[in-house]
Amino acid sequence: MNVTVTVNGKSHQKDVDPRTLLVHFLRDDLGLTGTKIGCDTSQCGACVVNMDGITVKSCTCLAVQADGSEVTTIEGVATDGELDVVQEAFWNNHGLQCGYCTAGMIITTIEMLKQNSNPTEDQVREGLKGNICRCTGYQNIVKSVLAAAEAKRG
Amino acid sequence: MTTRIFGSGIRRREDPRLITGGATYTDDVKLPGMAYAAMLRSPHAHAKISSIDTSAAAAAPGVVAVYTGADIEGVLNPIPCAWMPPDSEMKAVAHPAIAKDVVRYQGDAVAVVVAENRYQAEDALELIDVVYEVLPAVVNPEAAMQPGAPQLHEDAPNNQAFHWVAQGGDTDAAFASADVIVKDTIVQQRLIPNAMEPRSAVANWTGSMEELTLWSTSQNPHICRFLASLVTGVAEHKIRVIATEVGGGFGSKIAMYADEMVVSFCSMKLGRPVKWTATRSEEFQATIHGRDHVEHVEMAATREGKITAVRTVVYAGMGAYLSTAGPGVPTILHGLMYCGPYDIGATKADVYGVFNNATPVDAYRGAGRPEAAFLVERLVDLLAAELGVDPVELRRKNLIPKFEDGHDVASGLTYDSGDYEPLLDKVMDHVDYPALRQEQAKMRENGEYMGIGVACYVEICGLGPSQVAGAVGFGGGLWESAIVRFYPTGKVNAYIGVSPHGQGEETTFAQIISDELGVDVDDVGIVHGDTSNTPMGWGTYGSRTTAVGAAAMVLAARKVKEKARLLAAHLLEAAEADVEYGDGKFFVKGSPDRSKTIQEMATMANVAWNLPQGMDPGLEASAFYDPPNFVYPFGAHVAVVQVDKDNGHIEVKRYVAGDDCGPQINPMIVEGQVHGGVVQGAGQTLWEGAVYDDNGQLLTGSMTDYALPRAHMFPDIEVLSTVTPSPHNPLGVKGIGETGTIASTVTIYNAVIDALRPLGVTGIDMPLTPEKVWRAIRAQQGS
Repeated sequence: MNVTVTVNGKSHQKDVDPRTLLVHFLRDDLGLTGTKIGCDTSQCGACVVNMDGITVKSCTCLAVQADGSEVTTIEGVATDGELDVVQEAFWNNHGLQCGYCTAGMIITTIEMLKQNSNPTEDQVREGLKGNICRCTGYQNIVKSVLAAAEAKRG
Repeated sequence: MTTRIFGSGIRRREDPRLITGGATYTDDVKLPGMAYAAMLRSPHAHAKISSIDTSAAAAAPGVVAVYTGADIEGVLNPIPCAWMPPDSEMKAVAHPAIAKDVVRYQGDAVAVVVAENRYQAEDALELIDVVYEVLPAVVNPEAAMQPGAPQLHEDAPNNQAFHWVAQGGDTDAAFASADVIVKDTIVQQRLIPNAMEPRSAVANWTGSMEELTLWSTSQNPHICRFLASLVTGVAEHKIRVIATEVGGGFGSKIAMYADEMVVSFCSMKLGRPVKWTATRSEEFQATIHGRDHVEHVEMAATREGKITAVRTVVYAGMGAYLSTAGPGVPTILHGLMYCGPYDIGATKADVYGVFNNATPVDAYRGAGRPEAAFLVERLVDLLAAELGVDPVELRRKNLIPKFEDGHDVASGLTYDSGDYEPLLDKVMDHVDYPALRQEQAKMRENGEYMGIGVACYVEICGLGPSQVAGAVGFGGGLWESAIVRFYPTGKVNAYIGVSPHGQGEETTFAQIISDELGVDVDDVGIVHGDTSNTPMGWGTYGSRTTAVGAAAMVLAARKVKEKARLLAAHLLEAAEADVEYGDGKFFVKGSPDRSKTIQEMATMANVAWNLPQGMDPGLEASAFYDPPNFVYPFGAHVAVVQVDKDNGHIEVKRYVAGDDCGPQINPMIVEGQVHGGVVQGAGQTLWEGAVYDDNGQLLTGSMTDYALPRAHMFPDIEVLSTVTPSPHNPLGVKGIGETGTIASTVTIYNAVIDALRPLGVTGIDMPLTPEKVWRAIRAQQGS
């Protein structure tokens, strides 16, 4: 089946098996391996990408569902080599250790802060419910998100 | 360069690639012509395999090959267990990489399909027809040793894998003469590590060279190579293991697994690269589990509250086979730690390793030490309640006084250094303990159940002296090595045998080198994780990476510096004894203007135009470090919880971690380790637990059923520290990777029981889910 998906601003036309998951399309067909697979069941959020302005768990979305969509993966977050405020905040605040959940965390955070530019700590914690991190105990992730919010507000 | 970078919380150099999606983990590796493997796993916990028909699978679209236990028999050697506790009559039963006749746990592999893509491989699994004759199963480790229990291995009667006893001091006499004895039965439930990156392997056999390259999610690529050589028969020097980017381990990526060897076998058979990546379901079933003890524990004391002895009988589930380091966990890493930070005259651990029809058990963050700290600190709380004294005062009364260079404890260990009371005081001052108790009393009057939990611990880590490793049956050494090399432009690489996978040693090790050699931290590279370009090392676990690995590296750096100094003396035409080092420069004593930078020496040593007689070209050195002793970090933690009497819900209101890991290279990273460790330990107390039914079916086989901590479930942790250097480590450092997990499980447990005390609840098996808490409260109300 033919799909056309714009990923990180670049249009890709591919013939895919209809059952191909979006995450495999991104990783295997496009070689964008920054999006991770953690659980295959929508529980962990390692595979979160942004599709048409909303966060999507790409391990439970078919590539054909993304036909005609605009998708942003972690590879598309920095612009012209400049880190996004959220990436910078995760780096500054030790918001990652092994890095495996990080792509999902960052994509989720960017969307969260679009919805609410001034979240409370509780709101941040609620907003990260769908993303599991096994390394950090979340403390520095929460700190990173709050710092990013502050930096974005300027 | 005048300021030391050791001790500053600089940002991690690992992060730019990790926050941009630029890192290459094993499953990201894609090689030309690569095929994909998928494993067929037993749905039964215990069964005979009557027949396997793979013909339909072999004919399915895209399938390249299907192999079963019969195909690997005689080709792949059994998966070895590498830790045999001495004098324990251990039964090293055979663990075939693919089961041929009998499956012994749900998840035991029975066949592998290799296909052109992963979808085709998984489709073909469904076409394999296996006829099983289901056998009775047993999961509870104590039940597995009772007469009449289903038997897993013919050569291990009563399912006894080993029996290990460690005694120090006269425990029997101490118990016979005790004024007070407190007892408990503790179930250390099975935990499932769940590193976020599932295990994965890419094997690439180059037949013409007889070389195997294996990308593997390993915490210890050199051990992986060593054991892969034993299993595959490929010569060790012809195997290259690559584990440069690993997505968390927590112990679960130490072991040599069957799957990685099966993938290697497939590549060798097919002459093409083969990848396998575990699904999360496979992670739950076929990656090692942790804990799984049933413990009968008791503590003896005087009426005045002096603890005199601790003694246990422990049934430690090993799972269906003995995993690589599995038997060492409930024995050496557990049974020698019953003194904790206390002056206790006698301890005895009587440990049965037990085969049960479940996933093999091995080291999981803390590995044996959380279980030891749990039982000691649980017993101290029971003793305090029995004596009617404050639990903090009771602890204080029994703490070992300050020592700076060795203290022998009853179990036979020699702690390196410790100063326990000031840290306990610091933590108690920080929380204002008397005020907390007042608040608790007030809340109780209002029918609100707040609890304060305290625990002190000492950890054994920095594993460890190789001589001890040999004496305790560990099948390898525990030294580390490193190479420090200056390049002609004055840039430095350190090549290390340890293998970080999230802990940030690319940064902290560069900080150490920067200080030692007086070069900018950005001019230092840390190379790890690939056996082809790193020197031999035993890997990252047991909180040993910095205590042992950095020690080796710093010794190599010091050799490099000395060589540079001798070269500088030669070039400055000064006597060697007159040339000194300071801030990255070598200068003639008394003439600071006559100097050479270390970078200049790097250039001159590498071009080698003018070297002193007998000096080799180049500026590099290799060093080995075999520690003379373990290191012993320690701490005191406090948790404040509130329990809702009506629905059993527990809220952790506050958590304070006080830890002493010696000098901190990067406090930001230290704190991060504490945060993660504490929450992982909290997971055991409150949420996590592998549940099997009576048939050995894993009921908690996904992240939907197995409750991992999430962001909204735990508050910010308040982190405190003191600094007590290790006397024997070149950097004075100890370890911090596991302390949080060792302390937090029992700290929170003690807090919950403290909260429930007025309701008559004195103990609940973990995890303390709302339902269990509610039932425990109801049981008391009904009685």
